[in-house]
Amino acid sequence: METNRLVKFVLKNSTAVLFVLIFIMFGLIAPRFFTAKNFQNIMSNASYIGIIAVGMTFVLLTGGIDLSVGSTMYLSAVVCGKLINEAGLPVFPAVMVSLLVGLMVGAVNAFAITRLRLVPFITTLITQTIARGFGLFITRSVAVNYPDSVTLMSTSKVLGFIPLQIFIFLMVVLLASIVLNRTRYGRQLYAVGNDLESAKKAGIKSDRLIASTYMISGLLAALGGFVTITQIGRVNAGFGSGDEFDAIAAAVLGGASLFGGIGTVFPGTVLGTVMIEMIQAGLVFANIDIYIQPIIMAAIIFSAVFIDSVRTTQIKKLERRNILKV
Amino acid sequence: MAEVVFAYKNITKRFFGVHALNNVSFELERGKILGLVGENGAGKSTLMNILGGVLQPDEGEMFLSGEPYVPESPLDATCAGIEFIHQELNLFTNLSVAENISISSFPCIRRTPFIHRRAMQDSSRKLLQSLNLDISPNILVENLSPGERQLVEIAKALSTNADILLFDEPTTSLTANETENLFAIMRRLRDEGKSIIYISHILSDVQELVDDIVVLRDGQVMGGGPIADFPIHRMINLMVGREIDNVFPDRIPSIKDRVILSCEHVSETGMVRDINLSVREGEIVGMFGLMGSGRTEFARMLFGIDPYKEGSIVVDGEPLPKHNPQESIKRGLAFITENRREEGLLMDYPILENIGLVSLPDYSAAVTRLVDSKRLFKRADEVASSLRLKCNDLKNQKVKSLSGGNQQKVVIGKWLLKDPSLLIMDEPTRGIDVGAKYEVYLIMERLASEGTGILFISSEIEELMAMCDRIVVWSQGEVMREFRREDFSQERIMRIAFRQDIDYDMEEKVVVNGNE
Repeated sequence: METNRLVKFVLKNSTAVLFVLIFIMFGLIAPRFFTAKNFQNIMSNASYIGIIAVGMTFVLLTGGIDLSVGSTMYLSAVVCGKLINEAGLPVFPAVMVSLLVGLMVGAVNAFAITRLRLVPFITTLITQTIARGFGLFITRSVAVNYPDSVTLMSTSKVLGFIPLQIFIFLMVVLLASIVLNRTRYGRQLYAVGNDLESAKKAGIKSDRLIASTYMISGLLAALGGFVTITQIGRVNAGFGSGDEFDAIAAAVLGGASLFGGIGTVFPGTVLGTVMIEMIQAGLVFANIDIYIQPIIMAAIIFSAVFIDSVRTTQIKKLERRNILKV
Repeated sequence: MAEVVFAYKNITKRFFGVHALNNVSFELERGKILGLVGENGAGKSTLMNILGGVLQPDEGEMFLSGEPYVPESPLDATCAGIEFIHQELNLFTNLSVAENISISSFPCIRRTPFIHRRAMQDSSRKLLQSLNLDISPNILVENLSPGERQLVEIAKALSTNADILLFDEPTTSLTANETENLFAIMRRLRDEGKSIIYISHILSDVQELVDDIVVLRDGQVMGGGPIADFPIHRMINLMVGREIDNVFPDRIPSIKDRVILSCEHVSETGMVRDINLSVREGEIVGMFGLMGSGRTEFARMLFGIDPYKEGSIVVDGEPLPKHNPQESIKRGLAFITENRREEGLLMDYPILENIGLVSLPDYSAAVTRLVDSKRLFKRADEVASSLRLKCNDLKNQKVKSLSGGNQQKVVIGKWLLKDPSLLIMDEPTRGIDVGAKYEVYLIMERLASEGTGILFISSEIEELMAMCDRIVVWSQGEVMREFRREDFSQERIMRIAFRQDIDYDMEEKVVVNGNE
């Protein structure tokens, strides 16, 4: 009976358990892993994928998917850079316009999915190509550089000790958690993801809710893109490409279901994101061949998702009603 | 003179020129429970959809407390104080009880979008208490039993202060105790002045619960009035439109010597213990027990869907491999599951595809494996007509457009194509009307006389006693006793199922096991 309870605890908190295991493992392999500097780096690197993964969580909650976030990052970052460099716009309005660009891509997704009734997978695969295509058209695939006024932001500290990108990430997480847990909108989102037909019968405007998640995802992708350019100062043609995979993986590692209705921003997606960054940092510390790293990364994500699918059936089995009198 | 809360007046509705409802009029009085009965397809759902604003009538009017009532959407019905409690629950399993109850109108803190959680929990707690449901409003619905979920659905309906409540087959997934509790609550709501419409196929329940009754047939009101004037046989006659003297066909026992199935000492931790059971050619063996007594679980093990730890299952003298449904099908087993919608049918697919589903390998060419659709259609058509399946187009008509009874015939037909030697039927008559039930019984009788062995799981003791050669009584995962047809006694079977009539030696066995 005791082992049963232990097994159940591990299964129900598999994300946290995995997190701790990976943490200890890399600590043992490379003791330098346990330094404050390293943790700050991990958090810094986690923030942009984290911001995008929060948006992805909203979409996943409705049972949808957004494959266009990587390209949205690129397009909005390009627009931002061009406005500053060529139109001479100050940084703040340029960033606002670039966020608007993200929102627009999300709106196109939303329109196609809720009005034209296209499948999210195909729709966002198409907008992925279109958004990157626009970006390449604008830049002629030449890299865009950002002035110091942008890159210096990455060294600024909020309240004197929180790096800006981590602060933005934390604010996004806080806001998203409140919206999901405490507002009518958030709870209805969970309802839509659980049972669309019942949600409609309960008078929930499901199309409007679903549409909004793609717009949130687009907006946060643009914000994630901006946070990245403050760190690297330069955007080339491959910017953001493949990041949708990391964002989806972070949300799913954090317990979000691809079928909708299940998932949290905090702790779920945050843990998932930090876990991915931790593995990446750990692989560097452990001196793993740089070409092998992505394979190991993907293998770890695969096993985490596999554990997740197994655990659901296992939990059900453990909680199965006992007919026989003990 | 009682106050009329709601009235249908000369309602007519046609679908593609066919009358679904023809000049229907009746009234619902305040503080009364009105029973609405009729065969599947008699027009009950159409009538309710009109009340709920889902459909608009072609002719006729409705009146709510004397005022004309013209709902254009489900929202209008809700605003008018009419709430529906359907057979299929509309709950969100990932949300809490309180959130489910207030999903359509969350109480918010002043004008902010933030939910006033305290207010939401308090109002839910009050509603739950009024329904004698002792659960926390913060518990997730996925952790509730079907009965508790049903009550949460009712709490949801009551949260809008509805005046008229409509219950559509609410007891199908409830245990006997939960059903009793539900009826007590419905009576109390009635006494508090709510008006209730109750739809059910279980006529004895209707008789016990309602004050007035309306009987529908082919879209017309066949009769109505105080329930005292409508004994069950009169309800049935009005519903079916012909005299049914017997609800069950005559059984001519046709048991042969050959043993088709024999199970020895089958056990699985926490599920079933030491099950010994046999079925002969042409024999109908009933399995009676309360819900959750292990009958369905055992049937699933037998068919190979779930594994079992100990014991052996022998079919036609050869041991049957564990946990392998394909092999079970090859060996002549067939399994009609208890939920035809979820487990028995592809609802959005045509009848033919459903009937052919299991037999596709038999109708495939030797090398190419292409399906010989002509031969399949011919055979499916034969089976459909032998089952008297009412449909327009075998190839194109979707299963979901059929009535419950005809859907069940499709499930049966699917297995008949395999000519099974052992047919397991789990609650095959649940949720279908009297006429369709009779036809299912006739099919069983015919199959048995042709030599098929049938394992018949049911919670309705009357049908088991009428149809079975033997009844095996289950309780808490064990077979308590077997009765032969000549020893059938409703009282004794019930007492054993409730463990009220255990012999001394059995009592001791239970104690010994308890001490292990």
